[in-house]
Amino acid sequence: MNNVDMLVTGVGGQGVILASDMIGEVALAAGCDVKKTDTLGMAQRGGSVISNVRIGRKVWSPLIRDGGVDILVAFEKLEAARWVDYLRPGAVAIVNNYALPPLSVNLGDERYPSDEEIAGILRQRADRIYFINGTESAKKLGNVRTLNMYMLGCASLLLAFDVQTWKDCMSRRIRANVLQMNTAAFDLGRKEGLDVDIR
Amino acid sequence: MGAYHAGVRVAAAYPGTPSTEILESIARFEDVYAEWSTNEKVAMEVALGAAYAGVRSLVSLKHVGLNVAMDPFMAASTTGVNAGMVVISADDPGIHSSQNEQDNRHYVRLAKVPLLEPSNSQEAYDLMAYAFDMSEEFDTPVLVRSTTRISHSKSVVDASRRRVLAAAQVGFPRNERKYVMLPGHARLRRPLIEERLVKLAAHAEGSPLNRIEWGERSLGIVTSGIAYQYAREVFPKASFLKLGMTYPLAKELVRHFASQVDRMIVIEELDPFLQENIEALGIKVSGKEFIPRIGELNPSVVEEGALNAGLLAGTAPRQKTHAGSKLPRRPPLLCPGCPHTGIFFVLSGVGNRLKLPGAKDRSLRKSTLTITGDIGCYTLATYPPLSAMDTTACMGASIGQALGMKKAGVDNKVVAVIGDSTFLHSGITPLVDAVYNQGRITVVILDNGTTAMTGHQDHPGTGVSAQGKETEAVHLEQLVRGMGIGDVRVVDAFDMKALRSAVRSSLDSAALSVIIVRGECAVHVPRRSAPRIVDTEKCDQCGTCLLLGCPAIQTENGQVYIDATLCVGDYCTICQQICPRQAIGPTVEE
Repeated sequence: MNNVDMLVTGVGGQGVILASDMIGEVALAAGCDVKKTDTLGMAQRGGSVISNVRIGRKVWSPLIRDGGVDILVAFEKLEAARWVDYLRPGAVAIVNNYALPPLSVNLGDERYPSDEEIAGILRQRADRIYFINGTESAKKLGNVRTLNMYMLGCASLLLAFDVQTWKDCMSRRIRANVLQMNTAAFDLGRKEGLDVDIR
Repeated sequence: MGAYHAGVRVAAAYPGTPSTEILESIARFEDVYAEWSTNEKVAMEVALGAAYAGVRSLVSLKHVGLNVAMDPFMAASTTGVNAGMVVISADDPGIHSSQNEQDNRHYVRLAKVPLLEPSNSQEAYDLMAYAFDMSEEFDTPVLVRSTTRISHSKSVVDASRRRVLAAAQVGFPRNERKYVMLPGHARLRRPLIEERLVKLAAHAEGSPLNRIEWGERSLGIVTSGIAYQYAREVFPKASFLKLGMTYPLAKELVRHFASQVDRMIVIEELDPFLQENIEALGIKVSGKEFIPRIGELNPSVVEEGALNAGLLAGTAPRQKTHAGSKLPRRPPLLCPGCPHTGIFFVLSGVGNRLKLPGAKDRSLRKSTLTITGDIGCYTLATYPPLSAMDTTACMGASIGQALGMKKAGVDNKVVAVIGDSTFLHSGITPLVDAVYNQGRITVVILDNGTTAMTGHQDHPGTGVSAQGKETEAVHLEQLVRGMGIGDVRVVDAFDMKALRSAVRSSLDSAALSVIIVRGECAVHVPRRSAPRIVDTEKCDQCGTCLLLGCPAIQTENGQVYIDATLCVGDYCTICQQICPRQAIGPTVEE
């Protein structure tokens, strides 16, 4: 497979790190070289989180060059727009249609951008932008924490790995008592991703 | 894993990003003794004692942790080690999670010890066995330096080696001239250290860690650590001298490489450490002229530097949109249900720092309270709306700084705020100092029962060891009272009334006072119950609850609401206690 540089972004506590770890493990199981690295703020919760995942035959740097990201998977809308300069022209963006306003917005000091503004910012680099309702769907499944597996289901449509490799990885990494719910989230993400024509 | 396979039997550390995971990983092995030490100096001493006793030992710490541990590190260099001793320093270029940026490679010149630098996870694994062998062969501690992007990245590793334990018996070979550093003995050790450096320099010339990768001879790049990966990516055709052992420098190897290439450059992160050592050989070389010495490198930064220096043909990098930098920032916050929120709300209120949404800015300079801070999650209380911290320097500094301010004669009341783990790390000695020198300050110890910021490690106050065993717990109030402090209050972190009264009484106290604010870290709260809800009939949008900075409290179209998935409920209830209209209460199950 060709080299793929992915950026997975979101807010602390959304499950970004586990999701990007699993992308790396699936790629490794499929015989690729992989490097991944995470950048998160100093606290555990509530800050911006960004994961670089690089897949290819030989990967040098774990960090992706500015303007080099092929696929952006954003768990939150503002965290999609924030990293636009990392995308290459023609990149693909999968964006969870969900807003978590930062404190400065709640205090009225700053304004959360509108959907049009976010799409406009992303369109400066990305060719295809898919907004999906991951949080809503994960809630319907019974636990909003399955959002990360839902997002992986969507992202899996853009990566040339079999569904079984993903499932094997999930059964290794996810505790047995919540595995079924997470697998369901992955499947739903894959289905709803197809519905909006992610490819 | 590398250290485990290299036969480490004793490992000691104090948590610190990005080094914490090293001890956490090795603590899982039952045939290794692993401990969280009270601080890095103690960790270094524990490891040194183990090495003296014939056992391979490991210390891991973050860059500033080595500052704390420098005294025993210098001693280790002077006495030598007997069995292998390796110190891993995890530097943090770019200051992702630290109070400063420093290049710990400089320390090896001071301590006259060898320095190894891995450039990926596989090398980090392989290096450990090499480092321990080197430590024993040359009777020296070895510094292994990693950086954030090595420490916090994952790549494919073959870790199939087996654990090899030394055949030698455990036991301390008594030898005063080597281990008791009286001036006379230290003078005997001194020339041995210089001889050791000469031998190490000869070793570096033939070390497999230093290798040349020939490409085109027009450009030769000397590099080490993560910078090697960036350089390989940006210059696919150049020749490389990749150094894994960066001190002492393999001088002849560098001379040979320089003679074979038309132009030689150095690509390294942070200071021009390699560059200056190479320039000292009289070799013409450049690097920091176009590669920044501040902050973390990445392929884009290296590429931009190379373009500016004319090393790469091509156009300038693509124009940035800068759209991201105009968006609202998302700094990390104290969690919903954080036991630190209440006390900072009180301190901020007493110090006249709170500002209601839309109200005019009050100058913090007019506050009647000065709050010296320390290092932990609670440093986040610096940000508005709490704005409740005035200084943060280094581990344990809050108490000494508070005392210094008071002795300097400031009019304000001075409060030092320090976490439980930080207090045990390096807050005890300054508090003893404040007792001895009669400092009229208030010390607030935030006791959340864990080392939260680095990922919830145990510490001497928790009663659980790094390997999950039950142990003696140090009781903070007994410790503090034992120092001779009479005015000690222990307060529930979620009882606003009690917090307010404790702060008022302590500030009015004529003597040194201590408040221990106790409440378990919110991340540890097992069950969340009855999230709070805002009664929109009663709420008049005054904004008081927003001043807590609780992530669960949000606004939509001017109306405050509480995100039920974030609120921890009955466990906290701080917002309910401070609401002037009693408009916040529990959700009732229907």
